[in-house]
Amino acid sequence: MDLNILWFILITVLFAGFFLLEGFDYGVGMIAPLLGNDEKERRLMLRTILPVWDGNEVWMITAGGALFAAFPHVYATMFSAFYMALFLLLCALIFRGAGLELRNRLDRESWHTFWDWSICFGSAVPAVLWGVAVTNLLAGLPINGHMLYIGRFIDLLTPYTLLGGVTFLLLFTFHGAAFLTLRLDHSPLDQRLQTLGRRSGLAALLALAAYALMTVGKTDFLQHPLAVILLVLTALLFLSSWIAYWRQKIWPSFILSSLTIVMATAAIFAGLFPRIMVSNLQPEWSLTIYNAASSPYTLTIMSIAAACLVPVILLYQGWTYWIFRKRITEQDLEQHY
Amino acid sequence: MDVLSLSRWQFAITTTYHFLFVPLTLGLSIFLALLETCYVKTQRPEWKRHCRGLIQFFSTIFLINFGMGIVTGIVQEFHFGMNWSEYSRFMGDIFGAPLALEALSAFFLESTFLGLWVFGWKKLSPKLHCACIWIVALASNLSAFWILVANSFMQHPVGYILRNGRAEMTDFFALITNPYAIFQFTHTLFACIATSGCLLLAICAYKVLQRGPAMAVFRQCLRGAAVFTVIGLLGAMGSGHLQAQYVAKVQPMKLAAMEALWESADPAPFTAVALIDTDKQENTFAIDVPNMLSFMVHNRPSGEVKGIKELQDLSVKQYGAGNYVPAVTGLFWSFRIMLAAGGILLLLALATIWMLRKEKNCPYLLWLLILSLPLPFIANTTGWFITEAGRQPWIVVGLQKTMDAFSPVLAPGEVLMTLVGYTLVYLALALAALYAALRYIRKTPARLEDWRDE
Repeated sequence: MDLNILWFILITVLFAGFFLLEGFDYGVGMIAPLLGNDEKERRLMLRTILPVWDGNEVWMITAGGALFAAFPHVYATMFSAFYMALFLLLCALIFRGAGLELRNRLDRESWHTFWDWSICFGSAVPAVLWGVAVTNLLAGLPINGHMLYIGRFIDLLTPYTLLGGVTFLLLFTFHGAAFLTLRLDHSPLDQRLQTLGRRSGLAALLALAAYALMTVGKTDFLQHPLAVILLVLTALLFLSSWIAYWRQKIWPSFILSSLTIVMATAAIFAGLFPRIMVSNLQPEWSLTIYNAASSPYTLTIMSIAAACLVPVILLYQGWTYWIFRKRITEQDLEQHY
Repeated sequence: MDVLSLSRWQFAITTTYHFLFVPLTLGLSIFLALLETCYVKTQRPEWKRHCRGLIQFFSTIFLINFGMGIVTGIVQEFHFGMNWSEYSRFMGDIFGAPLALEALSAFFLESTFLGLWVFGWKKLSPKLHCACIWIVALASNLSAFWILVANSFMQHPVGYILRNGRAEMTDFFALITNPYAIFQFTHTLFACIATSGCLLLAICAYKVLQRGPAMAVFRQCLRGAAVFTVIGLLGAMGSGHLQAQYVAKVQPMKLAAMEALWESADPAPFTAVALIDTDKQENTFAIDVPNMLSFMVHNRPSGEVKGIKELQDLSVKQYGAGNYVPAVTGLFWSFRIMLAAGGILLLLALATIWMLRKEKNCPYLLWLLILSLPLPFIANTTGWFITEAGRQPWIVVGLQKTMDAFSPVLAPGEVLMTLVGYTLVYLALALAALYAALRYIRKTPARLEDWRDE
């Protein structure tokens, strides 16, 4: 296995971690103002992600940085091609982050309402946009022989890619609902959460099935046996996660929905391999892990660094979740100082 | 305007805005860590209570600022690919590595342990809790190191080879021990300490003037903040001097431009103020201090300092026809504004220390401390202007010009839209954050008394 493949796998891992962790953050952000009937309930829900959302977002930043370091041409082509989409993404993330940080600083209803909806849209928009972006990678983009994107913003929005966006949105909503059910203790929200979880789970299941079928139809997925297997596994995992949720087995349900997201990411990247950005003009114009990569020297340096740092990161982030393992109750809403 | 100018404006606005928050994150985290160390170590219950109250008070301000720093930092990372795709292609092999390392080695630590610190007061032992804020402080400053390593390569490329139509890394160790990076990091670190110190001085001065129940505690804190500021300012001045000497060696054009030195001279005078005519390439009026520039550059009263005209000719010989002179007037005044701001702040901080030796407060001085709060931010911004505008027309000195670096696939309308969009979002955000912070500072006098030992 050469370093290019190693970095392809590492970037898959980073995106999988990002979708898994930010998936429930986005979910909670979307659910909070929709499901919470009063200030206390909304605050309770947001409190579940406050200590960890920032650390989770670093997975996205690291995925971006790793793309830049290992496959600079992909970073350059992708980020300039998705220019307007990323602009929307950044604005959404700015309002979400500011909301999470500022919402509890003042006790005024209009202030809370404004930031709650900022957090809601700031979570929903990135969820959809990442779905659209990833689906565009699979569907292929008009990339010319100089690795330049020659389409427009509107070309990125097709029924297939939009379905991708909706699927991500619903998946993350269910994932967030499962996370909330798990993290909140005997709250008055329980009943409403259960209903939301079941319904969003069903919707996500249908969307995922349609998305999987369209992916097989619209892309060259069938030529990648591994990707097809992973895709089938994704669907099965999600089905079992939803059933577990129905039967009130919340822990297994959350673990299964986490595995669903990881498996979905793996399936998508396996379908791309060894390409990262597919050109629909000429197959040989696609950006692959070889023609878009950094020099072997840089890849070596970065591999050593990643091998040393990633296990440590997993350890201390895992430890954080252990420290905060106790369920959130109303007592936690008082000053945590 | 074309895509190039719009992208440059956008980058300038985003970086400047981002760097309003970064220095406070870097410096305040150190201050809070010191405060918590006092809290853990001290045996006097009185002190313990005060330290604890101050940590609680300042941590809210720190967190508001930290949040702003994060959300603007993400824009920063995405910008390179979005607006400067050709730069990213040309430099990715070198520039991507420190960026990824920054995320892997610093951002994860910083954000994870900050979450632990904020929400872990009752879940961690005092020592472990104190360790968390130290980790946040170290990680923040480590992240600054990585990004300055990346920036330093743009100023002074080392450890690379031109191959496959791009710059490729050949020596990682040379990259991270780039002397430019060492000077730049030291200067930035101290400047950040000074900036945070000034913020602390202003807040404490306000709380002392407010005469709340916690006035005595804030007066005590004023002393700590003043010492912190003086250390930052002296360090920034000393390291700034060394950095300028190094710039003189590796970026003589930047130095000549920020001194508006058109003709080479030996000995060279330091021009205190000047009327600059960039078209005729001369200063129509100037007040000079003889021999001073030679002394600043060479540590002795004589020695040649090359002028802009000669350096332009040398560049044409080396790189071909073109204009290699950066914005002389802007650089000249930026440097002087930075120096003046540093000087004024040093006087104020020393005066504060002097005031605290006596029992009485001097309200004028306290008001001056509040009013001078914009100065460190102005100094930081002008400092970065010198660094970044001073390397034009290059984006990577000697290797790639800025005009070859932007994203060719973008339309001017798109960039204009995002430029306006970001600017409006930043303004709204700044207002919201300022409002929350100011209200908090004004309304929280009693907190210090609320807190009791548990």
